[in-house]
Amino acid sequence: MVDAVFLALSVLTIGSAIVALEIRSLIYGSIALMLTLSGIAGFFLLLDAPFVAMFQLSVYVGSIAVLILFTVMLVRRELIFNKIEDKRRRYAGIGLMLALMLGIGMVIIGSGMKSMETNSPAVDYKKIGSDFLTYYSPALIVMALILAASVVGALTLARREDMTNDQRAN
Amino acid sequence: MTNGLIDFVLVSVALLAIGIYGLSVKRNAIRMLFGVEMIINSANLNLVAFARFIPNSQGQTLALFSIAIAAAEVAVGLALVIVAYRMYKNIDIEDFRSLKG
Repeated sequence: MVDAVFLALSVLTIGSAIVALEIRSLIYGSIALMLTLSGIAGFFLLLDAPFVAMFQLSVYVGSIAVLILFTVMLVRRELIFNKIEDKRRRYAGIGLMLALMLGIGMVIIGSGMKSMETNSPAVDYKKIGSDFLTYYSPALIVMALILAASVVGALTLARREDMTNDQRAN
Repeated sequence: MTNGLIDFVLVSVALLAIGIYGLSVKRNAIRMLFGVEMIINSANLNLVAFARFIPNSQGQTLALFSIAIAAAEVAVGLALVIVAYRMYKNIDIEDFRSLKG
């Protein structure tokens, strides 16, 4: 059965995911999203995948959450606290969420996954590193190109065209 | 390991359902990005959990690629939000009308 660390991590992850969507202020919402992502990193540690956990912490909690925080601060103040939503659509959304949880959850509980336990030792993370540089090296290069292209694309999109270059220099 | 595979998969299903709720109900563009992040994270949790219980290392490799691609996606998504905010002075997606045709 589950142990206490797992229970605490799942309460932290699910609870802060709900808080991130439902709290009024977007700034507190992005901090709660940071907590959710750290909880997922904790699950990776429980699953004996320390390399993926550290990658998750450095990429998600380190860069993506800070990027979201800065974007939230660029938006006007009253929009951050503004919360317009359709009441009926909201109830339909909650119904959809519960139906998905119960439906997929019942299917999973009824499947043969329940008896799946393992006593085998965890995969050594050195093997992942050497895989990246040998078997997966073409994919790694393509991924680096995609990252560079998306960063250049984001910079081009967010550039202001109504400013001339000498205005930018001042 | 005291935790079975099914516990991790159930947490992942809960996170997926919350992400779909946020994506379908919220009208704020940044909150919809939160929902997308939760869905991607539940997929990553599934990948690493199955990789631990099979066991092999390819699931972890795929999770690493997925995290990196998600970082690129969020950068472009936030740039789109900033452009739309500059054009419409709002981040409510029902105000973004010129793409609707």
